[in-house]
Amino acid sequence: MTEPLTLGESLRRQGVSRRGFLGFCAATASLMALPPAMVPRIAEALERAKRPSVIWMSFQECTGCLESLTRSHTPSVEGLIFDYISLDYQETLQAAAGTAAEQAREEAMKANWGNYLLIVDGSIPTAEDGLYSTIGGVTNLQSLQDAAEGAAAIIAVGSCAAFGGLPMADPNPTGAVAVSDLIHDRPVVNVSGCPPIPTVIAGVLAQFLTFGTLPELDPLGRPKTFFANTIHDRCYRRPFYERGQFAESFDDEGAKNGWCLYKLGCKGPVTYNACATVKWNAGTSFPIQAGHGCIGCSEPNFWDAGGFYRALPQGTMTSVGAIGAAAAAGAVIGAGAAILARGKQKQTAETEQ
Amino acid sequence: MTLLDFARGPALQAALMIFALGVVWRAVGAVLIQRTTDFSQPRRGTAERVAGGLRTTWSRFFVSEALEKRIHFQHIAGALWHLGFFIVLLLFVPHILFFESLLGFGWPGLPNPVILVVAAITLATLLAVLIRRMTNPVSRIISTTDDYISWIVTALPLVTGIMAGAHLGLRYETMLALHLLSVALLLVWFPFGKLMHLFLIWPARYNVGALFARRGVRI
Repeated sequence: MTEPLTLGESLRRQGVSRRGFLGFCAATASLMALPPAMVPRIAEALERAKRPSVIWMSFQECTGCLESLTRSHTPSVEGLIFDYISLDYQETLQAAAGTAAEQAREEAMKANWGNYLLIVDGSIPTAEDGLYSTIGGVTNLQSLQDAAEGAAAIIAVGSCAAFGGLPMADPNPTGAVAVSDLIHDRPVVNVSGCPPIPTVIAGVLAQFLTFGTLPELDPLGRPKTFFANTIHDRCYRRPFYERGQFAESFDDEGAKNGWCLYKLGCKGPVTYNACATVKWNAGTSFPIQAGHGCIGCSEPNFWDAGGFYRALPQGTMTSVGAIGAAAAAGAVIGAGAAILARGKQKQTAETEQ
Repeated sequence: MTLLDFARGPALQAALMIFALGVVWRAVGAVLIQRTTDFSQPRRGTAERVAGGLRTTWSRFFVSEALEKRIHFQHIAGALWHLGFFIVLLLFVPHILFFESLLGFGWPGLPNPVILVVAAITLATLLAVLIRRMTNPVSRIISTTDDYISWIVTALPLVTGIMAGAHLGLRYETMLALHLLSVALLLVWFPFGKLMHLFLIWPARYNVGALFARRGVRI
């Protein structure tokens, strides 16, 4: 077995110039919200870093997360990052299939036991002992537990792995849960989004490669670097919100003028992600810039949060009719109370007479 | 279910139901309760009694000159507080959207910075009237637990709303959830405390005005 290449060697072999490499390091520093002074240290660390083994397991998912990552702009910092890791198991990308693929995974896990990074996309069904999703006859539940045991850390990619996502939406027939609901003895980083921004997972991997550490996390286990601000905080349409200029429909004058989409159900004010700053497709745009409100896909239970086109203040009340029924009940009680009071008044008057 | 989901959904639903039940209960009870019969000969006709009732409903907004000096503070602070509260309640766009979801129609709102300034002035006024209530001997003596609870449940939505709007304190979604929960608390307390005056004050003023008109007195 040959000694794995360092990242510096790997880059040079691929013809990446020193200038390009430093540019990548600067981008990495920026991603991790580090000062420019850290760029040389990042470059030095990356030069010497070995390619870590990465096992990527897909469970209840749509492959959208992987599509997001692989279809990111090319060449890209994300692409470079993937040249720097040893992706030893990924069902969609690897050439091997069936038992050969599973064997490759087991070998990689054995060779790097305790040190590999486990990336998971998709939620894990737990109903009926996890029988709703199996790979090679093994339930996702069992596969995750086995793989997590030897992992240095786990990155839950996408909202399904991070929070249960779509499979966990009401009524959740498969008993889908998030990775962090099952694994408690390994560090889990949630890179949520449906799909997540490729740059964000690249940033997490870059930090792991550079410093051997995982990023600081927010209360939902997401990297603070990317999930510290709401979409609303960084949205270029924010001034319209403050001025009270809103699009009332997707094709009115307000929409054409680029006014705020709050009234059309935008969940930007309660959604933490980097879409408004990092953006998508090589920093070209993001949903709000394309004219659609944020659907809050990087937040837990976004699918059950009352509808994508229902404005935030409108609540998610189940029935206005129930309020009417309560009012009717109030009328009956009020009338009953008045009748009782009248009876008592009459009785008192008669007694006095 | 997150705290915000709970606040936007079940909490608000239950609070609105309790609010509707309580308000109608008390209003119907007040309307149907037996009143003493006035055996005196009416000095004015029905039309004049109605006019008298309506006039008093309006004229009670203004204080007589004789009283004005004595209650100047309450008059100004009270007007400022009520005006500010209704501006914030009815002209803040997210609030309008909430009413729209219940009523099926909305209306134009004011820019957020304007609302924030009005809310801050309103809260300051609310604090001033509380301080006066607690320091003025007469006000202190006649104040009941109801007054203080009503003050708290009214102030909380303002405080949490300002904090959410200005991104102060906790994370926005938590502040928004707390704001909605404080509104739910206000709705639950509303029918059973002095806040119910919002609905009862109009028939009460009308009745007084109509009664005086019946006796030939114009107020």
